[in-house]
Amino acid sequence: MRVAVIGVGLTKFGEHWDKSFTDLFVEAGVRAIEDAGIDGKDIEAMFIGNMSGGRFIDQEHISCLIADRAGLSPIPSTRVEAACASGGLALRQGVMSILSGFHDVVVVGGVEKMTDIATERTTQILATASDQEWEAFLGVTFPSLYAMIARRHMHEFGTTREQLALVSVKNHRNAMKNPYAQFHREITVEDVLNSPLVADPLRLLDCSPISDGAACLILASEDKAKEFTDSPVWIIGSGQASSTIALHDRKNIVVQEATIHASREAYKRAKKEPKDIEVAEVHDAFTIGEILAIEALGFFKIGEGGRATEEGLTEIGGKVAVNPSGGLKAKGHPVGATGVAQAVEIVLQLRGEAHGRNTNADVGLTHNVGGSGGTSVVHIFEKG
Amino acid sequence: MIPRFWRNIRYRYNLIATKCETCGEIFFPPRKLCPNCRRRGKLVEKKLSGRGKIYTYTVVYNAPLGFEMQLPYIIAIVELEEGVRVTAQIVDCDPDDVHIGMEVEAVFRRISEDGEAGLIYYGYKFRPVKEGGDGHEV
Repeated sequence: MRVAVIGVGLTKFGEHWDKSFTDLFVEAGVRAIEDAGIDGKDIEAMFIGNMSGGRFIDQEHISCLIADRAGLSPIPSTRVEAACASGGLALRQGVMSILSGFHDVVVVGGVEKMTDIATERTTQILATASDQEWEAFLGVTFPSLYAMIARRHMHEFGTTREQLALVSVKNHRNAMKNPYAQFHREITVEDVLNSPLVADPLRLLDCSPISDGAACLILASEDKAKEFTDSPVWIIGSGQASSTIALHDRKNIVVQEATIHASREAYKRAKKEPKDIEVAEVHDAFTIGEILAIEALGFFKIGEGGRATEEGLTEIGGKVAVNPSGGLKAKGHPVGATGVAQAVEIVLQLRGEAHGRNTNADVGLTHNVGGSGGTSVVHIFEKG
Repeated sequence: MIPRFWRNIRYRYNLIATKCETCGEIFFPPRKLCPNCRRRGKLVEKKLSGRGKIYTYTVVYNAPLGFEMQLPYIIAIVELEEGVRVTAQIVDCDPDDVHIGMEVEAVFRRISEDGEAGLIYYGYKFRPVKEGGDGHEV
């Protein structure tokens, strides 16, 4: 399979009190259209990742709203939701619409506006990605689910508190070179270990922040892409899988089963193996999330992700550069935008345009997770 | 949300699971469709003992709305004697004492409430099993 990415656009991630939901989306969308060198009339359809416009800003019918404000009516616009994996799923819908022959040029967007409300409310909304009646009802928060995974990972494999902290340290360092990142602040292991407890053993600096932001991609069919560019980045693999919504229903919580299934499909479609991946943007909503990802994606054996991180194998210049953008941890995590923003970073990496953090990679991967691992979506990209 | 709570009272108050008579697996929360056997499954209700061990846990320091007054509180996944796992708070236990493998038993407790004059939600929590204790309450 081959689908071209001919344009990318991103807003800076962070607390945008002066910008609305649609301001953010339009900003990212215009950048992507200008980057692609296309005109609005070339676009045939839109797929938008958004987790909870209804609860964050009291707005549903996001698909129509965005097509309207982007001046793209009457093209069909579809919102896709799978909690924090909404963006990755929107990308997959866009890819499938092109591979099916239904469309030749589509917009894939992701957007979330999370800072218009109080933090306690945001925590409650994010918890809706868990099982509302049998987890959230009992006082479960999102960090608490990942904390229970971390505790078990430490218990079974000897993963250390310091190894988790090193994920955050690396991602903050990478974000220093990313102008779109929410945080430009280097941190140390001690900073992480001294930050306030959120859900033991996870501390504040193990957790991705609350962010506003939007990201956008322009996808084109192989034939159509030639009209706009000689060297697109190709999406060559896509995979998606589901697991149980509640963490307690999984036989083994220290292995991200949905990611194993999703990546197996993506590798097969791309005719690639884990060892072929040179750069990856993975779902580090919490530091333990990156450890789970690099194990389930096959970069390292199950249980060895912590040690691999400690040995520097996931640094830029290491065995596989993981989260050169700064990841969700330091770049920011506007939930619906994240999966699309990951793809933007991989496209910049493969074009050699990730200034200051280039990995000189030819093959890259994105990994986007919904909930505590209930949905996983993986895409594989290759330089044109 | 009252009907949504009311529908689950029977299962929450009594720890009633469902068991698939085709494959033998027990589900809590109760499922109406066995994911292993699907249409070949035959689900019947089964009351759980309420005794088990902590599989993993965390101590929560940032609460969602409605739980602020309980901070810090322990959330755990408990593996019950029947092999099924359930998420719940651990009470009557110092956060410094909780550990993987700790033996616990279900108790009936207040979970949260809808403000000062709203509905009070009850359900199960778990507490450490004391030597010579009188067993479970649920």
